[in-house]
Amino acid sequence: MPLAQTWSVALVGLEGHLVEVEADIAQGLPKTTLIGLPDASLSEARDRVRAAVVNSGERFPDRKVTIGLSPATLPKTGSHYDVAIALALLTAAGVIEARWLRQTAIIGELGLDGRIREVRGALAMTLAAARSSFERIVVPELNAGEARLVPGIEVYGMRSLRQVLAMLRGTEIPDEAPPRAEPRLLSESLTRVPEVDLDDVIGQREGRRAIEAAAAGGHHLFLHGPPGSGKTMLAERLAGLMPDLSTDDSLEVSAVHSLAGLLTNDAELVVRPPFIAPHHTASLSSLVGGGSGMPRPGAISCAHRGVLFIDEAPEMHPLTLDTLRQPLESGYIEVHRSAAVAKFPARFMLVLAANPCPCGLSGTNQGICTCTPQILTRYRQRISGPIKDRLDIQRQILPAARSAADGETPESTAVVAERVKAARDRQVVRYRGTGWILNSEVPGPVLRREHPLDTASHKLLEDLYSAGRLTARGFDRVVRLAWTLADLEGIGTPTIDLTHQAFQLRTGEPLTPLADARSLKGPTT
Amino acid sequence: MRTKNAVGRYGEDLAARYLVGEGFAILERNWRCELGEIDIVAREGDTLVVCEVRTRRGLNYGSPLESITYRKLTTLRRLAGRWLQTHQLKPGAIRIDVVAVLFDQNTAPSVDHVRGAA
Repeated sequence: MPLAQTWSVALVGLEGHLVEVEADIAQGLPKTTLIGLPDASLSEARDRVRAAVVNSGERFPDRKVTIGLSPATLPKTGSHYDVAIALALLTAAGVIEARWLRQTAIIGELGLDGRIREVRGALAMTLAAARSSFERIVVPELNAGEARLVPGIEVYGMRSLRQVLAMLRGTEIPDEAPPRAEPRLLSESLTRVPEVDLDDVIGQREGRRAIEAAAAGGHHLFLHGPPGSGKTMLAERLAGLMPDLSTDDSLEVSAVHSLAGLLTNDAELVVRPPFIAPHHTASLSSLVGGGSGMPRPGAISCAHRGVLFIDEAPEMHPLTLDTLRQPLESGYIEVHRSAAVAKFPARFMLVLAANPCPCGLSGTNQGICTCTPQILTRYRQRISGPIKDRLDIQRQILPAARSAADGETPESTAVVAERVKAARDRQVVRYRGTGWILNSEVPGPVLRREHPLDTASHKLLEDLYSAGRLTARGFDRVVRLAWTLADLEGIGTPTIDLTHQAFQLRTGEPLTPLADARSLKGPTT
Repeated sequence: MRTKNAVGRYGEDLAARYLVGEGFAILERNWRCELGEIDIVAREGDTLVVCEVRTRRGLNYGSPLESITYRKLTTLRRLAGRWLQTHQLKPGAIRIDVVAVLFDQNTAPSVDHVRGAA
């Protein structure tokens, strides 16, 4: 049969498109052409496939070979079409049977010796194949784990082209040396939730309160304080307080991580909220996603349904930091590139940490700050107003030496996570049928209309508003936070004390009881 | 040098025999002019076939068909024109074929015929 086809998958963002791989063998001098908008890495498939076929003990057709990838208008990128191309070619050459391949999607990169090497995004590709009701998928053995997470499709993990051919011919499948996993990128270590417990944190009553509230209501958080005071320590423990991901979220997060090449080999679904901590020198495209031609997910998408922690936030380029504004609102990011527009999910909890000033001593008793007023102003302006405005909770973290005197035995992660879980469950019940699941997601007008505060609490906020200590937007933010605090307490509506505490959390004031804070005069927030 | 020529000659004989078996009529072999040489000129129906024979004793240096370059094809086209000029023939169509002869150790020589190489 001089013409044959197989199926593979192209990814645009997280969305998979089935790609028909056709091979035509015509009379003419040996020449292989690959058509259908391949990029550079895909054009090289010709040479990889030729070598792999020959080194698997098969003959490469000595004719004019045309490989077509359709839909021809969809730009295709990457090396994962190799195996599909090789099988289409060998079917066209009459070496193997076509029947089994008709209901089979195939992904995998070929080594020159015929080994099948692992690819990125296998999970999303398998999802696409399953949705297009393919019966089975052939994947590199190292990707078989993640592919098997997808229900409703049979997964064949293969080590080499020889093994695939033997299976198609019904002969004994040859044994091959197990594949060696690609060395992981450095960033992988950042996706693991650090195995740290909240009971390591001594003192920091306010800091602990802040991360507990943030985890419970999904509020963005700003921690500032002198170097070494424990900002990073607290942020690292935040993801641990959040409950496991739901099944749908888990699949979505795993698909993003698979595409970003972050899934480990023993591929299991990502069930814990990810903790991603990009360095403050991170480039714009590494943060929001990008890359030439076909876009890839960035750090904010890897942090989807988890925590995005940016330490030393004022050191980050303000423009880079400002790109977070749109995904913070919408929960996704659209990356536009020449080849395609890719949409990645990006609903993350933002945690920013900062020193009080470049020298780190302002507002502490550890020394005298040497920064000039101009330097201080410039430093503080580097986090723009719109970003700061979205940070529901602001907290100054002081060195433990000063706050350790609290004298409490620190609660462990397990205890606090239990409370957070209960608080989240209350929110799910309250917002049932609305599509929202967290206080931080509910629009202000809806909250005011459907779930109003009691009169006393409302009066307090009105007074603060009239005194110029609360802006209209800040008002809504405080209300949301008050609900979260009430959910943590397990009570029906926020009390005036909780509302007042929410106000303090929002404005960064010390957490003092309401009675001590009668004076309503002070700086505007 | 001797061996190489003898192998080439033997390959051309095999190719000619193969073409006859396929129903070609051989018109001329090893026709030369100052442009070069045509290995076999044959006729299939009313088509004139200019045939280049490539012989190899193994695949270590690539397949015999792969050894045909663009330059060689251009030469073959010009040779075909010159041959027609000298012979004053008016065939219905002209075609350039390549026959690859492979002598592999231990097995019978194989003949691979590409119709319409260019």
